[in-house]
Amino acid sequence: MLLTGAKLTVQLTSIAVFFGIILGTLTGIARLSKGPLRMLAAIYIDVIRGTPLLVQTFIVFYGLPSLIQRPIPAYVAAVLALSINSGAYVGEIVRSGIQSIDKGQWEAASSLGLSNYQTMRHIILPQAFRRIIPPLGNEFIALLKDSSLVSVIALEELVRKGQIIIGRTFRPFEIWTAVALIFFVMTFTVSRLVDYLERRMTPHA
Amino acid sequence: MPKILEVRELYKSFDKLQVLQGVSVQIDAGEVVVIIGPSGSGKSTLLRCLNYLEQPTNGSIYFKGELVDPKSNLLKIRQEMGMVFQNFNLFPHLKVIDNITLAPRLVHSTAKPLAEKRGLELLGQVGLQEKARSFPDELSGGQRQRVAIARALAMDPEVLLFDEPTSALDPEMIGEVLEVMKQLALEGRTMIVVTHEMGFAKEVGDRVIFMDEGVIVEEGHPNELFANPKQKRTQAFLSKIL
Repeated sequence: MLLTGAKLTVQLTSIAVFFGIILGTLTGIARLSKGPLRMLAAIYIDVIRGTPLLVQTFIVFYGLPSLIQRPIPAYVAAVLALSINSGAYVGEIVRSGIQSIDKGQWEAASSLGLSNYQTMRHIILPQAFRRIIPPLGNEFIALLKDSSLVSVIALEELVRKGQIIIGRTFRPFEIWTAVALIFFVMTFTVSRLVDYLERRMTPHA
Repeated sequence: MPKILEVRELYKSFDKLQVLQGVSVQIDAGEVVVIIGPSGSGKSTLLRCLNYLEQPTNGSIYFKGELVDPKSNLLKIRQEMGMVFQNFNLFPHLKVIDNITLAPRLVHSTAKPLAEKRGLELLGQVGLQEKARSFPDELSGGQRQRVAIARALAMDPEVLLFDEPTSALDPEMIGEVLEVMKQLALEGRTMIVVTHEMGFAKEVGDRVIFMDEGVIVEEGHPNELFANPKQKRTQAFLSKIL
């Protein structure tokens, strides 16, 4: 029972991480560009970081449907809210990663005739991503835990499943402890994975 | 000889600091021009303006008669102007061979096997063929700079710009880099070299340009300029370093 909830938690988080990285990379690059995109990215980051994920989830699940005149399934709403939230944090991480790359890398690539896009894609981002593995890992562990907030829209992830089971068994101590333990196993696995990635990628970065 | 590069009345300032104050110079194909001068004289800035790593404040640059314009032809012209940096600026996440083949493959769409074959030839030319599969951080400074030269050559540039290529090297490694540069000069490559290596200037240079305070003070054949500097500032500079 709890494990099917854990499975959904992992699923939600993985999808949100995937879209979070894409959204965050675009945001991070936009933050360093010139023109209107820069402003847009800054607003996005400020608004998302400045409001609770819980409220963001409510807006997507209850607010958005009334705006577009169509219901949004809880699963889609959860993925949407978590991805948008994660994208803002990853955006700041990516921005700092890009800025940490020596200016000489840009100059060398430019002097060879590479375009800005080619330089970003082949020179800057590969190095930046290696450097930001640790903060990205932190972000994903936080996301794994924060995903429990989507239980409020009746999505039966780990926490919600725990509540349901307690409702039937009246054993809150055992069940919440079990829930905590499962979270710990998941976050611990992620942090070991991040350590491994970091060790594997850094010898030549 | 045909003129390959022409700089007209170049000015560059960083905020209030005037670094270049009206520099005009012409470079012929096949010429080896060495730019010397005290630090802060604007020699590196001049070099970096040639391929617009620094945007000139005023003035214009013509490459093979064509006005260099960041809005239209800059990428194309940069492909024809190789540059070697003081700090090498190799790509640390790529193996030596990939450092060299990246630009031809991306920019000229050269097929990988062809690019690697050419890359290995160039590595052979700088004496580092056995390092093709190494990463830059496994090489010494002198080796890194030789790889950087091979990387610039891989684009078959018409002009090579050297920005103090030996200044970040341990003394015992300077010779190996200068030797490679000498070979390039003998091949007839057009080179513009900012350096403090007066021996190189004398031996290899076709023309030496002495810069100070953002202007060209004096230029001429190295024999002439080193033996009989006409300007007081040139005399003062040379007397300090020779």
